[in-house]
Amino acid sequence: MAGEGEKKPVLEMVQADGADEGCVTFVLHDEDHTLGNSLRYMIMKTADVEFCGYTITHPSESKINFRVQTRGGLPATEPLRRGLNELNDVCQHVLNTFQVSLFVHLAHLSPASF
Amino acid sequence: VHTSDFPGNYPGYDDTWDMQKFQKNFRIDVVHLDESSMEFDMVGIDAAIANAFRRILLAEVPTMAIEKVFIYNNTSIVQDEVLAHRLGLVPIKADPRLFEYRNTGEESAEEEGSEIDTIQLQLKIKCSRNPRASKDSSDPRELYLNHMVYSRDIKWVPIGNQADVFADSGIGPVHDDILIAQLRPGQELDIILHCVKGIGKDHAKFSPVATASYRLLPEITLLEPVEGEKAERLKRCFSRGVIDLEDVNGKKELTMSFFNLFFYLLHGNYKETQNPLYCPAALTSTIMKCFEWLVKSFIILFPPGLTGPTSVCLQAQ
Repeated sequence: MAGEGEKKPVLEMVQADGADEGCVTFVLHDEDHTLGNSLRYMIMKTADVEFCGYTITHPSESKINFRVQTRGGLPATEPLRRGLNELNDVCQHVLNTFQVSLFVHLAHLSPASF
Repeated sequence: VHTSDFPGNYPGYDDTWDMQKFQKNFRIDVVHLDESSMEFDMVGIDAAIANAFRRILLAEVPTMAIEKVFIYNNTSIVQDEVLAHRLGLVPIKADPRLFEYRNTGEESAEEEGSEIDTIQLQLKIKCSRNPRASKDSSDPRELYLNHMVYSRDIKWVPIGNQADVFADSGIGPVHDDILIAQLRPGQELDIILHCVKGIGKDHAKFSPVATASYRLLPEITLLEPVEGEKAERLKRCFSRGVIDLEDVNGKKELTMSFFNLFFYLLHGNYKETQNPLYCPAALTSTIMKCFEWLVKSFIILFPPGLTGPTSVCLQAQ
C-alpha cells in the first residue's frame, strides 16, 4: 500500500541490536491497526517467536513500528514473511467460506430460482 | 483483552497456528440478509482478524460519491457550501468495481474526468407558485410547486459509453426521499455533480456501510447435570430460550440452546449466578470466538454488493 505519485517506502527495517538478526523493528508506512493487530496475532501464533508487538508512533502519522524478536537465531524477516502469507491465506479462506455460505443461504430462501 | 492462545502460554499445550485446524473449525452462518442489512456469525476466528475486517469494511471498501459540485445557479436559502456538503453525503447507487480511481495529478480544466472514472448527475429544479391553490390556504404543499428538493430530483447524465454499459441498472441516488433543500417561488437550483470513486479513509461519505459492528458470543457449559427445583431456578436466571428443561427419567434436566445465547448478553441477570447454591452446576463462560456481525449497507446492490465488501477485504490486504 505505497503512496501514490512519488515513490515512498512501504517498509523499512531498523535494527536495534547490531549483530543479532533476530530482533528487528520494522517501520510500515501507511498502515494502522487494521494490518498491525491482525499481523501481530498471526506472528504470535508462530512457534519460536519470543516477542511480537506494534505501536502507532503518533496518531497523526500513519505508520507503525512493528517489532519481532525470535528465539534461536532465526532471522526476524522469516516470521514476518510467514505471518503475511498466512494472513493472506486466512483471508482467502474466509472469503471462500463466506461466498459459499451466502450462496447456501440464498438457495435456502428461494429454492425455486436455483 | 488480548488473546491467550499463542504457543508457550499454556505449558504442554501447542497453540501454534495450524491452517488445517483453522479450516476445519471455521464456519460462517448467515443469520439475516436483506437489501440493506446483513447479520452473520463467524465461528472459530479471533477478534484481531474479525476487527480487521470490520475496519476494512468501514474505511477501505470503495464506493462512488459526489465529489465535485458545479453550481451554476443557487438562489435558495441554503448556502453553496452547505448544499455541496449535503450532496456529497447522498449515497449513490453505482458499482464501484466498474469504475477507476481518478488520477489526482494537477487539477487542470482539461482533466474534467472521463467516462471510466466519473459519473455525472444533474440537479435542476425551480420552485414556482401553484396557480391552482385556493385563496386562503397556508399549506406550503398546496401553495408551491417543487418547494422541497429531494434526492429523487437528481438525474443521471450519461457521458461517453455509460448509456450502453449501465442501460439496465440505472445510476442514481440509492434513496429517493432524502431532503436536500427547501425552496420558495422564484428560487432555483442548477447544479452539475461529478461522482468519483473513493474510500472511507479519505472521507466518510465514501464508506459503503452505515455501520459494521461485531460482538463476541459466550459459550456456557454445564459441568454436571442440574435437576429438579435447582434446574428451574437456574432457568429463571437467564432470558427465555437460552436454557431449556428436558424430561429425563422423570426428572427435569437442563439443555443449552446455543442459538439463543445472544439474548444472554443483553438481559442476563448476573447477580443470581453468584449465589453459592449454584456451585454444583458451576457454569464456565468461555468466549467461543463466535461473532455476530451486523452490517448495515447503503448499497442496494443485492447479493453482489454484500459479498463485494468481503472480496475487497482480501484485496485491501
